[in-house]
Amino acid sequence: MIIINLVGLLLIGLIVWWFWLYKPEETEVGEKGVVITVENGTYSPSRITIPSGSPVAIQFLRKDPSPCSESLLIPDLQISDSLPQNTLKTIYLPAMKPGNYEFHCQMQMYRGQITVQ
Amino acid sequence: MTVSNANWVGENLNSSEIELLIDGASCGSCVKKIESALTRVNGVSRAEMNFAQRTVTIAGTAKQLDLIKAVEQAGYHAKVSTAATEDEALSEKEAADFVYYKRLIRDMSLALALGIPLMAYGLIVGEMTVSTTKEQLAWLVVGLLTLGVMVFSGKHFYIGAWQSFKNHSANMDTLIALGTGTAWLYSMVVVFAPEAVPEMARHVYFEATAMIIGLINLGLALELKARGRTSEAIKRLIGLQPKTARVIRNGIEVDIAIDQVLLNDVVRVRPGEKISVDGNVIEGHSAIDESMLTGEPMPVEKTVGAEVVAGTINKTGSILFKATRVGKDTALAQIINMVKRAQNSKPPIGRLADVISGYFVPVIMIIAVASALIWLNFGPDPVIAYAIISATTVLIIACPCALGLATPMSVMVGVGKAAEAGVLIRNGEALQTASKISAMILDKTGTITQGAPKVTDVILAAEFDEATVLRLAAVLESGSEHPLAMAIVESAQERGLLLVQEPGREYAQGSEQGIGKVSNFKAIAGYGVQAEVDGKNLLFGNEKLMQEQGIELGDFVGKAQGLAAEAKTPMYFAIDNQLAAIIAVADPIKEDSIAAIKRLQNNGIRVVMLTGDNRDTAKAVAKKVGITEFFAEVLPEQKSEKVQELQMQGEIVGMTGDGINDAPALAIANVGFAIGTGTDVAIESADITLMRGSLHGLADAIAVSKATLRNIKQNLFGAFIYNMAGVPFAAGILYPFFGLLLSPVIAGAAMAFSSLTVVTNANRLRLFKAEEH
Repeated sequence: MIIINLVGLLLIGLIVWWFWLYKPEETEVGEKGVVITVENGTYSPSRITIPSGSPVAIQFLRKDPSPCSESLLIPDLQISDSLPQNTLKTIYLPAMKPGNYEFHCQMQMYRGQITVQ
Repeated sequence: MTVSNANWVGENLNSSEIELLIDGASCGSCVKKIESALTRVNGVSRAEMNFAQRTVTIAGTAKQLDLIKAVEQAGYHAKVSTAATEDEALSEKEAADFVYYKRLIRDMSLALALGIPLMAYGLIVGEMTVSTTKEQLAWLVVGLLTLGVMVFSGKHFYIGAWQSFKNHSANMDTLIALGTGTAWLYSMVVVFAPEAVPEMARHVYFEATAMIIGLINLGLALELKARGRTSEAIKRLIGLQPKTARVIRNGIEVDIAIDQVLLNDVVRVRPGEKISVDGNVIEGHSAIDESMLTGEPMPVEKTVGAEVVAGTINKTGSILFKATRVGKDTALAQIINMVKRAQNSKPPIGRLADVISGYFVPVIMIIAVASALIWLNFGPDPVIAYAIISATTVLIIACPCALGLATPMSVMVGVGKAAEAGVLIRNGEALQTASKISAMILDKTGTITQGAPKVTDVILAAEFDEATVLRLAAVLESGSEHPLAMAIVESAQERGLLLVQEPGREYAQGSEQGIGKVSNFKAIAGYGVQAEVDGKNLLFGNEKLMQEQGIELGDFVGKAQGLAAEAKTPMYFAIDNQLAAIIAVADPIKEDSIAAIKRLQNNGIRVVMLTGDNRDTAKAVAKKVGITEFFAEVLPEQKSEKVQELQMQGEIVGMTGDGINDAPALAIANVGFAIGTGTDVAIESADITLMRGSLHGLADAIAVSKATLRNIKQNLFGAFIYNMAGVPFAAGILYPFFGLLLSPVIAGAAMAFSSLTVVTNANRLRLFKAEEH
């Protein structure tokens, strides 16, 4: 029984670590730009870095038919737009100050982050 | 704009760009051909084609027509990407949604086809336990069939869960996949190795897995249908755009697709037809029904020079107009764009739900593990079965979707509903604040009144005659755009005192004799104007101006007060430092202002009038429209101070103006309302734009936002309560007291229908009707 309890607690610890503490790697938006694919409940890549001080265009390609994935919000930049299915959609980001900017769908189940360096 | 393989970092995004849709390009090599054909056009600095989308983006200064010609010459067809494609985009979206819907229904049917008989068997025949080898075999077959259902009908849950797991995120798929996966795995353990679990716990839960997958697919399908209805308003707006236009090209009238209409094309509209693009009438006159955009029921008479906008209906006459805005630039396209953006934005009230949904799924996973541990440690036998059921049920019942949908669905419907009434709400924040407005400041001119004043009285001082006075006043005011000035110029024109009319300039009769030259013109904000005309020193303005210049007014002060008491604006006119006349101008009150103000007051809103006019005029107008509080003699730059004054008193202040000199006040108010002139939506400083002139729009806007906020609160409350009550219930909190433990199948049904309930409740808003005026 002790072992089972320990396994359970370890499982809880793993959940905390995997979903909250671990920071997945970031994709740098370079010369070639970036296409963020919206599919199977995720943005891929979900974390991107861009340079500060110049406007940047990023693109989204939504393959997911779920209506939740249609909206794209970047609250800090007051951007809200809809992503048509199977069509590249360009989102223009203004020149930004260094920091982290979250983007997500209407219901926050799809989540991503823009890091401005 | 859609561009592939482009690096926009640092590139000037404001440079002029045109996007064309290309037809007939069937191979990759066409790309080079089209691009080079376009680059050869004069003024093109860059042309990039996106083959996947058949679009090409052209930067530079070239004309649309030249670009289209170049593409045609290269052997392909091109058209401007416009609002007509908005229509196409909508039908594409609907088609895609339909495909998804069919898939969900198919998945649901298959899962329920297995789940329902299994559940019926469990209920009617008895326990679904494994004790003999025969039973083992039978259940193995069922288990494999369930696996088939999981793969066929539920694969999107498992793929989604795995993908987001890899991304260190978790969503609804995670919960469904874990819940159904746990139930299935446990059941398979029972089938393969019954001896591994206590005899009492040798129960299989294949029916739960199949039923949950079926019910959740059903919920998603119904939700998709209900969601379609939330965007009815935007569909209606898109539907206003006609598909073709009749233009005059090379002297012949031809019907062409709407996306082929270019700037400066001359368009013919016959009675009963829709206006295709925005433009100015160059021939004919007609009554135009603009109700679909502005909510204004009366048709508007339009003649040469008047502006017509796309989507409105030409009622009576045949007109020709010149296209001034086409494609994405038309007022209709901008309205659609603005409504869409607003529908996607979120009011602050949704923020708590956002924060919660960010942590929701992992927290539910932790609760599921904790619940299983508690059952294992303290539960009755068979502990393992209870632990598995409670963990599965917790995972399944939790619904982050209901929480996430609560706000956006209502905003979607509410913003759309407002647009139907001719009220454009900029974003969710404006919507929320509008519902809390406690005081409303109304600018008098152009807001309460028509904003087109007329000269009503000219009271002359002894030795002056009316024609001279009016003519000189008109000459003096001819350069001004102030509405009072325009009334005087108009009045002089009507009496034939001004002759030649050229754009932006009026010349007085007999200007050859030296009459009519304005020099040393000085406008003194809030006081009046001063200038020399033909060597005469003219002063035109209010009492303060006259006093400052030391002009004797005598008993004219009393006369002016008398006029002011009738809600007229008396202005003193002095020639060479001697009072010549009082010219009184009155601005008629809009017909429905009184009723609309009453509506606001009945809603408990403190209505305050603001005007640059003198106290007496202000008092008279205020009395007429039933307002007791007013600020008079407010200089334009003081308007925002008055807004702040009310804010200091703790009021949530709405400010309504026509946006001309109200911009700072509109911006500083908690909610700035701009009264649009017709369909002009380019009012940047306003949070809410009323497309028709009536003040009823204000009451409508506040009523819609209140209804929307109430709806959001119901949704959020429902979603919170559902999860807060459902999760402990599923974990078995009632078991120690009542011996109740929720079945995972019931949890699946509850979860599927909780988000459907939210969408349905939001759809109730569609039935909202602002109280009749």
